[in-house]
Amino acid sequence: MMTTVKAMTSGELARYLIDRKPLYILDVRNEDVYGDWRIEGQSIESINIPYFDLLDGVEEAVKQLPSDGPILVVCAKEGSSVFVAEQLAEAGLREVYYLQGGMKEWSEHLEPVKAGDLPDGALYQFVRLGKGCLSYMVVSGGEAAVIDAMRTTGVYEAFAEKLGVTIKHTLDTHLHADHISGGRKLAELTGAAYWLPPKDAGEVTFSYAKLEDGERIAIGATEIGIGALYSPGHTIGSTSFIVNGQYLLTGDILFVASIGRPDLAGQAEDWAGDLRRTLYEGYRGLSEELIVLPAHFGQIDELDENGRVAAKLGDLFRDNPGLHLEDESEFRRAVTENLPQHPNAYQQIRQTNMGRIHPTEEEQREMEIGPNRCAIHDQ
Amino acid sequence: MNGKIQADMTLDCIGLACPMPIVKTRKTIDQLADGAVLEVQATDKGSLADLQAWARKAGHQYVGTITEGEVLKHYVRKASTAEAKPEIRYPHTASNEELAQRLASGDDVKVLDVREAAEYAFRHVKGAISIPLGQLASGYDALSPDSELYVICRTGTRSDMACQWLAEHGFSRVKNVLPGMTAWTGETQSEVEGN
Repeated sequence: MMTTVKAMTSGELARYLIDRKPLYILDVRNEDVYGDWRIEGQSIESINIPYFDLLDGVEEAVKQLPSDGPILVVCAKEGSSVFVAEQLAEAGLREVYYLQGGMKEWSEHLEPVKAGDLPDGALYQFVRLGKGCLSYMVVSGGEAAVIDAMRTTGVYEAFAEKLGVTIKHTLDTHLHADHISGGRKLAELTGAAYWLPPKDAGEVTFSYAKLEDGERIAIGATEIGIGALYSPGHTIGSTSFIVNGQYLLTGDILFVASIGRPDLAGQAEDWAGDLRRTLYEGYRGLSEELIVLPAHFGQIDELDENGRVAAKLGDLFRDNPGLHLEDESEFRRAVTENLPQHPNAYQQIRQTNMGRIHPTEEEQREMEIGPNRCAIHDQ
Repeated sequence: MNGKIQADMTLDCIGLACPMPIVKTRKTIDQLADGAVLEVQATDKGSLADLQAWARKAGHQYVGTITEGEVLKHYVRKASTAEAKPEIRYPHTASNEELAQRLASGDDVKVLDVREAAEYAFRHVKGAISIPLGQLASGYDALSPDSELYVICRTGTRSDMACQWLAEHGFSRVKNVLPGMTAWTGETQSEVEGN
């Protein structure tokens, strides 16, 4: 019998999530891995049956799956999902896909969306759906700057080439603990300058441009500026950027639905006070009309109908629970106690971002597996 | 280090991607006798977690894994039907705590571990002698019938059989240690690096 199993790419899956098209997922990875980290979305339903429970037949799965509509079988790397998908098709299910490259590719996929307009350009957000990471490209007058780049730097190079712009600067808001930064690599590949806050760079082994408070970086021939605003708390060097007076890039300090955690560099107690001052005093002094663009999201429902994660600063002062911990001791407790688990391999990731260890591509991928867990409300 | 780990059969899954290592392991273990140990050689890193999870569900015993360069060597012991319902017949038993205490006091007692060599290699009571149950008839000469002997296995079933056999062969001071290695918290040794 001819089977009709088709591959679904990570890019196609991203459109299901963003466009909220219904999709039923059968995840055949181990139960503990599924419990830890899986594909989620408003229009996505998923069940978990490990593939080794389906080796003798897929009746058990067929009973639980809907008889019509698309079904996507997901595993770690692809092999088992093809195996199971073929059996589902033979059992009579009509629209069966497997996820091409598995969770491995999904965890790396970046979906570019337009975050907003700029004079003679635009600000683009790259949504890493599988991990909840957000990075940015500021484009104006034929030039570009990339902020909080992922290690899959080819995506930014290809995007810049498509737009016909030159990457002149790469910037990191802080020394990341949940993903390996592509900022330095991208700068080396494109001849751009790599900027990092010096207070986070005490132990780095490479040279970089110092991102100090008040620094202004011009992009393009027009007067677009990236203004650096020192905003410690998640890390001691954490820096926010104000792009053209319109957008506030908050890094891991302020998210749409939560606030950053101060403990990933081992200093929760010391930095809780800095975090509070940045959120409750520093950001309070800024225009409420600024569009906040963070470096992470926690839940898929933080994406708007265009797949963008953004909110007005004024709205966050009204709605974000992390900005309503008025009592100082209550705030301190919220950001130091009952925090979510640490991101996977966060210590090695920090060491890698300092240039102190040099894991292989495969090891880097392994280190980044799982959710980002940079906000205090993450699970 | 690998020379010390013995398996009854070796399965080559080198270069195979998921799901093949588990598919082949399932087929191969069916051909083994109850209690036998299978070595699965694989290069797919995911095979470790998958094999552990599969063995737990299938009721087999995951013994351990050693890494040699790119190759992972997993050891799985086929569950025996007798173990499923443990039956203790030999009357003289000792608790894990009693044995730990005797060892700690430096008493002149011997510990006989009757699990498979691979199980022993990954973790055993410090100073224990290894004679797998199946080799007891040919290997018991090494033991003195007068010595005070504590016999241990994973859950007490194989050691129960070993105690009965030893009693029939003139050993008078033999005790079966319960519940066995599965709950052992005393001092251990390993023949495998990193365990």
